[in-house]
Amino acid sequence: MLTIADKTFTSRLFVGTGKFSSSDIMRQALEASECEMVTVALRRVELDDPGDDIMQAIGGGKFFFLPNTAGARDAVEAVRLARLARAAGGGNWLKLEVTPDPRTLLPDPVETLKAAEELVQDGFVVLPYINADPVLALRLQEVGAAAVMPLGAPIGTNRGLLTRPLLEIIIEQMEVPVVVDAGIGTPSQAAAAMEMGADAVLVNTAIAVAGDPVAMAAAFGQAVIAGRRAYKAGLGAIACRAAASSPQTGLEFLR
Amino acid sequence: MNNFSLPDFKQLRDMSRRADEAAVQQALRTNRPTLNDLAALLSPAAGRRITALAARSAEITRQRFGCAIQIYAPIYVSNYCINRCAYCGFSAGNRIKRRVLDIDEAAREAELLKGRGVNHILLVSGESPERAGVDYFVALAQRLRDHFAAISIEIQPLDEDEYAQLFAAGITSVAVYQETYDRELYPTLHLSGKKRDYDYRLATPQRAAAAGMREVGIGALLGLSDWRAEGMALGMHLAWLRHQFWRTALTVSFPRLQPAAGGFTALQQVGERQLSQLLFALRIFDHDVGLLISTREEARYRDGMLGLGPTRYSAGSCTAPGGYSDEQEATEQFEVDDHRSVDEVCAVIRQRGLEPVRKDWDAGFQMAASA
Repeated sequence: MLTIADKTFTSRLFVGTGKFSSSDIMRQALEASECEMVTVALRRVELDDPGDDIMQAIGGGKFFFLPNTAGARDAVEAVRLARLARAAGGGNWLKLEVTPDPRTLLPDPVETLKAAEELVQDGFVVLPYINADPVLALRLQEVGAAAVMPLGAPIGTNRGLLTRPLLEIIIEQMEVPVVVDAGIGTPSQAAAAMEMGADAVLVNTAIAVAGDPVAMAAAFGQAVIAGRRAYKAGLGAIACRAAASSPQTGLEFLR
Repeated sequence: MNNFSLPDFKQLRDMSRRADEAAVQQALRTNRPTLNDLAALLSPAAGRRITALAARSAEITRQRFGCAIQIYAPIYVSNYCINRCAYCGFSAGNRIKRRVLDIDEAAREAELLKGRGVNHILLVSGESPERAGVDYFVALAQRLRDHFAAISIEIQPLDEDEYAQLFAAGITSVAVYQETYDRELYPTLHLSGKKRDYDYRLATPQRAAAAGMREVGIGALLGLSDWRAEGMALGMHLAWLRHQFWRTALTVSFPRLQPAAGGFTALQQVGERQLSQLLFALRIFDHDVGLLISTREEARYRDGMLGLGPTRYSAGSCTAPGGYSDEQEATEQFEVDDHRSVDEVCAVIRQRGLEPVRKDWDAGFQMAASA
């Protein structure tokens, strides 16, 4: 079980809701992935409109709604958007994204830290999206972030765990859960993140733009389970040379 | 900051004609296209490979934008204009019925659009600071901002501090087209008015970006000068703006000359193949730029282009001030060629396996301290 703040989750796969060809396909993909946590850009939804496509598709209590502030240019905007969303019934959980560059959507570490501090004090459960920066992750933990969400590669690139050495440090040192977010392009990469000891992964583009998003969502769901099991089972060390499975000890002479 | 400048237009024209098949192949393969690659993509040699361009453009668009097509509609608020431009229906010399909507009338048009499911609106006017100046647009934006996800403008070029006022009032983005980047041709088409100043207009996108606008749109009116060279200029302008203003999202529009009052005949023929090549070339050159196809183009073409590169469609548009409330109203800027309703356009987008996105911003981002 994954515990973040006061909630527990069976699934360690979070799914994003952008880029899908329809909200119907999105709903089917979410179900096939067996995820519980679903993140939605506040810019895409009208929380106070009961007819909103996306909100309807993820409604019904099956998924836990994690709104995000994608598009916020600085802490002021992110905080304002979060408060408006909470006031409109969006709850107090928040995936904090401060992404001043609309092209790369890379997170601004300075503004993210500022916003996280303010939002935590205001009662939010804050999950900040960050670059794979171990010191920033610690700083965010200190100000009360409920988890950290470091990126594996630039968002939407499907390039996998390019930040692996830094993710390893983050995973090793953090008390709060680590959710690898952005850049994961294949189920094998998701499994690899879980094998490293990530507490969860977040996937969007790789599912939404797959040839068959529903089948791909199921594949990610299984990969995350397999990766987590492998991590729990204790992976063998990686060796540079071949080693026999049934080694001769070279100590046969001993009496 | 220094201003954006371009090489001689003839040089751009030469550049865009030089490429051979190998250069086109290279431009289709690379992940980090240069201006030489853009030149190759705009070349006659690339024109012979247009299906390969379309495939590459579609692939990039799907990766970067997914299956989303943003939907917007224009509200024409005034057709008064102080400029005489040879090609434009609103040109000061044209004897047409002129009208500027007052704030209530404009809000009524907006309400109608909202009722049709439009959440992103573009306020458009002729260039007449006296009839529709900064104060007018500030008042209008403040009136509309809580009702729409995003409000853009396509009006007369302004100074940076004026754009800052509009941003604070709730305007999110600015579109301003150079019409033609051909410096020699420009004064022969822009006969009088402030628009005659090529350089002031050329520096408009950077003033809007410097003022903090979220998004800046550029474009060239196709049918005036050499489209390949315009493509080079657009690419250079994009690259320069990206570099100077990394916080600003960029878009390009592709208006082709349509029949309008004044009876201007296009100086250059730009067919659908050429328009498509230009759009594909810019998508391959800049993976993240928003590309707009308006209702100037007919339904068959717009539907065919879905998924191949464009990311934003206008729908249900009327280009006459007051035209949504009263279909007999005033004179249009140009004739619209896709007359379908917003819902009809969205239905076709869905049929193509894409998602029409009516809301992709939130007024909450920039609630002004002054509001």
